[in-house]
Amino acid sequence: MRVLVLLALAFVAGPAVAQQPAPPVVPQIVDDSIPRSLTGRPGDAARGRAIVASRSVGLCLLCHSGPITEERFQGDLAPSLAGAGSRWSEGQLRLRIVDGSRLNADTIMPAYYRIEGLHRVARNFEGRTILTAAQVEDVVAYLVTLRD
Amino acid sequence: MTARLLVIGLALVFAASYAAAQVGADKRRSGYQDMGEALQKMQDDDTANPGMLFVQLGGQLWNRAVGAADKSCADCHGDAAVSMKGVAARYPAIPQGSDRPVDLEGRINLCRTEHQKAEPLPPENRDLLALAVYVAHQSRDLQIAPPYDPRLDAFRREGAEIYRLRQGQLNLSCAICHDDNAGKKLAGIVIPEAHPTGYPIYRLEWQALGSLKRRLRNCLVGIRAEAWPLDAPEYVALELYLMQRARGLKLETPAVRP
Repeated sequence: MRVLVLLALAFVAGPAVAQQPAPPVVPQIVDDSIPRSLTGRPGDAARGRAIVASRSVGLCLLCHSGPITEERFQGDLAPSLAGAGSRWSEGQLRLRIVDGSRLNADTIMPAYYRIEGLHRVARNFEGRTILTAAQVEDVVAYLVTLRD
Repeated sequence: MTARLLVIGLALVFAASYAAAQVGADKRRSGYQDMGEALQKMQDDDTANPGMLFVQLGGQLWNRAVGAADKSCADCHGDAAVSMKGVAARYPAIPQGSDRPVDLEGRINLCRTEHQKAEPLPPENRDLLALAVYVAHQSRDLQIAPPYDPRLDAFRREGAEIYRLRQGQLNLSCAICHDDNAGKKLAGIVIPEAHPTGYPIYRLEWQALGSLKRRLRNCLVGIRAEAWPLDAPEYVALELYLMQRARGLKLETPAVRP
């Protein structure tokens, strides 16, 4: 019986994980921030640092610079991430990552946790957010540690 | 007498505005200017520029009879140094009897199917690129000069719209990087102004010669947008817009790029 329940759960969860359709969480925006964790749990700052540094996952250093000295090739299209944790609260950082266009409609920063309002998304990324909710939380956890 | 004065007056006005235009110096930059000195030297030296191997191959293909008609390009066009000079500087263009523009590769394939009675060459095929680079090389150092043809306007407009469309999972447009942030650094690399001055180019990242289409697809993949199929008219529309935007810049074919 227990096995059956587990199997049923696997069937329900299976396709959802594989295709990662609409974001399972609707972030609650309060003023200029999302005060609550998307996952209900705090993220992991070490994992967040790795995501920020990765050119294929977080992509952050393509445009931003940051205090990640082993990554020599950083961008200057956007402000440095150094001191981000002093400038913004955890909730403000979360909204800026989830969907910066809520604060500045013209921002060039991609919305990392939004799937609506995009055009001609490549098939392999269709319906997927750039980061998962857990990854957003990891990045937030890392950024709050960046204090001047 | 009055007429003569009017002509002289007009000439003076034109000369003055031309001079003013020269003073307001053209700030547009070819990607060449943002490369390191070593790469610039590689492009400038015909014995070091890998693209020149394809120009040579293209020269051989130009003279080779192919297809059921058993005709070479030279059989119709003669010496490419004469007949093809300036052609690449004004492409894409609308072929006679057609209502849609084609790029240089498209024109070469039309010659194959219509005149040589040969199969069209597939996109990014080595021989097609070699012929295109051979033809475009005949316009090296000439200014990009899109023709006045009102039939092209709608296609140029379409290209401009694509250029400004935010697309892909990263929700970026060509304009965001190549107009608004050109000269800044993306992952440590200077963002070029995206002037198609040297296609087909030899790109070190490819270790190969490739077309503007291939380069555009690289950007589409980068912003996680769905790339159009290689024969899609969208690339020709974009090229029309980019060539208009690069009007007056000198062609460098075959360019070398990182």
